[in-house]
Amino acid sequence: MDKQMTETLEAIYDKCAANEDNIITVLQEIQSKIGYIQEEAVNWFAERTNIPPSKFYGVVTFYSQFHQNPRGKNIVTVCCGTVCHVKGAPRIISKVREDLKLKADQDTTRDMLFTLERVNCVGACSIAPVVLVNEKVLGKVTPSKIVKSLSEYKGKP
Amino acid sequence: MGTGGIAAGGDLVMEEFTKQFEAAGIENAKVKEKCRLHKVGCRGFCARDVLVDITVDGEVSTYQYIQPDMVSRLVQDHVIGGRPVNEWLVGDDYHTFHDNQTKIVLGDLGKIDPESIDEYLAVDGYKAAEKALTTMTPAEIIATVKESGLRGRGGGGFPTGLKWSFCAANKSDQYYIICNADEGDPGAFMDRSVIEGNPHAVIEGMIIGAYAIGASIGYVYIRAEYPLAVDRLHKALQDAKEKGYLGNKLFGTDFNFKIKVKLGAGAFVCGEETALIASIEGERGMPRAKPPFPANKGLWGKPTIINNVETFANLPHIFNKGAAWYASIGSEKSKGTKVIALTGKIRNTGLIEVPMGMPLKDIIFKVGGGIEGDRLFKAVQTGGPSGGCIPQQHIDLPVDYEGLASVGSMMGSGGMVVLDETDCMVNISKFFLEFTQSESCGKCVPCRIGTKRLLEILTRITEGEGKEGDIQLLQELAEDVRDSSLCGLGMSAPNPVISTIKYFRHEYEAHIKNKKCPAKVCNKLLTFFIRDDMCVGCGMCLRACPVNAVAGEKKLPHKIDNNLCIQCGSCFDACKFSAVLKE
Repeated sequence: MDKQMTETLEAIYDKCAANEDNIITVLQEIQSKIGYIQEEAVNWFAERTNIPPSKFYGVVTFYSQFHQNPRGKNIVTVCCGTVCHVKGAPRIISKVREDLKLKADQDTTRDMLFTLERVNCVGACSIAPVVLVNEKVLGKVTPSKIVKSLSEYKGKP
Repeated sequence: MGTGGIAAGGDLVMEEFTKQFEAAGIENAKVKEKCRLHKVGCRGFCARDVLVDITVDGEVSTYQYIQPDMVSRLVQDHVIGGRPVNEWLVGDDYHTFHDNQTKIVLGDLGKIDPESIDEYLAVDGYKAAEKALTTMTPAEIIATVKESGLRGRGGGGFPTGLKWSFCAANKSDQYYIICNADEGDPGAFMDRSVIEGNPHAVIEGMIIGAYAIGASIGYVYIRAEYPLAVDRLHKALQDAKEKGYLGNKLFGTDFNFKIKVKLGAGAFVCGEETALIASIEGERGMPRAKPPFPANKGLWGKPTIINNVETFANLPHIFNKGAAWYASIGSEKSKGTKVIALTGKIRNTGLIEVPMGMPLKDIIFKVGGGIEGDRLFKAVQTGGPSGGCIPQQHIDLPVDYEGLASVGSMMGSGGMVVLDETDCMVNISKFFLEFTQSESCGKCVPCRIGTKRLLEILTRITEGEGKEGDIQLLQELAEDVRDSSLCGLGMSAPNPVISTIKYFRHEYEAHIKNKKCPAKVCNKLLTFFIRDDMCVGCGMCLRACPVNAVAGEKKLPHKIDNNLCIQCGSCFDACKFSAVLKE
């Protein structure tokens, strides 16, 4: 493990120890700093806190927010709430998959530029269907509109 | 400006106004004095975003669908020139939308700046907490809440005062109070809007509750998917602490109270009380058997009260205006108002608040303005994945806890999704099962395996593989899952199946026996073809088809080869001339 990584983890440890935070918060911190839950990081924490890694992984696999694989530079999140569903979210997902050339078992593009994710509901039902590109909320999306929006993020590595 | 407003360009409109005012007002202080740029929370009428109020000499005009490039005309004509821009003003439906509502919880939303504690104080903020803490005993507070008839707004509708009295009856060295803001129901955004629009009201409600049961520590468990709400909540907590509304010796009493924020990590089941507690403790969010109830043995084994955001936001009003006033609103057994997220195929989507017991048809046709595109009303889905679908024949139903339960649905947290004739009820039922199946925590067998089997049967029906006897199998299995699951998720997961079979059995039969989807939603049961007279031969469908089932010369009508077609619907979406039809 490189020095920078150790420092990052040490900082998370200090912060969480000071706040008496729990495993979930620790993992949320790891993910926000490193981008995903890296095995190395979990093992480091397990050793540092004397909590078995299995305990960490129990939590990681339970909550949908945690990712065990690196994610793309841009996160495309399609809302799959009830309203988005009846207003066409499934069609948008298949369009995005087609546009990003994702295979059935793939969520991240080969060039690591995009990751496609689903969310149960972002609570912006009145502008359904909704897609989030990173933090940006796009409302009343259509299959052709989303392709256009995604093109803005392409070609900028 | 809630999430919807910002997505619609609310922040850009704000920026433009500030710029225009600066440009126009450098020499002219009068313009600045007249105008106050207000950053308000959600106005409820999200479909018309961005909404802008312009007040000149006390006269308020409301504009709808405002975009940044329209701002300069508003400033020039209306603010400087004094002539309102009539064609951009809101129409009559804006007023029918608002006039048929009774706003208590949402009363201050859209009027005050949620990021300013001073604005909250100006509308009697923290007066209720002060009154409760300085002039009332905890027992009197609980009695008042009981008298008001307030029931939990998170779904179950358990009387709030009674819950508090159970908790307070325990002897313990520590009590906890938790605000459940883990709004997981798809199609619901009441709690997000309340926290984004008036976070201090929730904090004030928590202070009152904490004092009543003797809790010195409170938690807000909030979804990480709501970044704006989390930010505003943090800001509000910080401001409240600085002004002395949180911390030690509140309002000069010996009562100490602090609130911590816990971010959810994306698990629907954590809306269930015992699962939520496990999650705050840092565990996998799995529910446990009740009793013991959290009021007796909750967070870290101590007596704990968990209430919903909306329940807490009601409390300041009850203490400011009195329990009798609150009990005078609503129906016989359900008091007060309910905040509802009215969405789906309806004209006026948005956040509304109506008295309990209002007939369903008034909500849909008066407040909601009827069905979008003048299509036919089919059903309304309430209560999210735990609720059911209510058909046309029950449109006069009063909307309260008892009314909705009587037709096999439930209030839930207050999401209401209107469905029209183009929605397939089998598909809707499958959608909810997909949701509950993937959110099932896996602890108990009926829920883990039962929802999986239900989903398999529904999937096969929508794909044209339905068998004789499937409906009965679904019904039996649904009842078993309902009766034998451990927590509310499993117990209510079959509701969408049970209610859609009850009211829309003919749609299931059409799928199974005739292999047809009457609403033309289930692609696998449809045949796609191209109308010769509509097709211009642009080639969009040809390029969209993943299996090369479309053929045709450029500028001549195309054809679909139904032997190759996999019914994916890509050609239907791609066609700009409505030439692709499905049947």
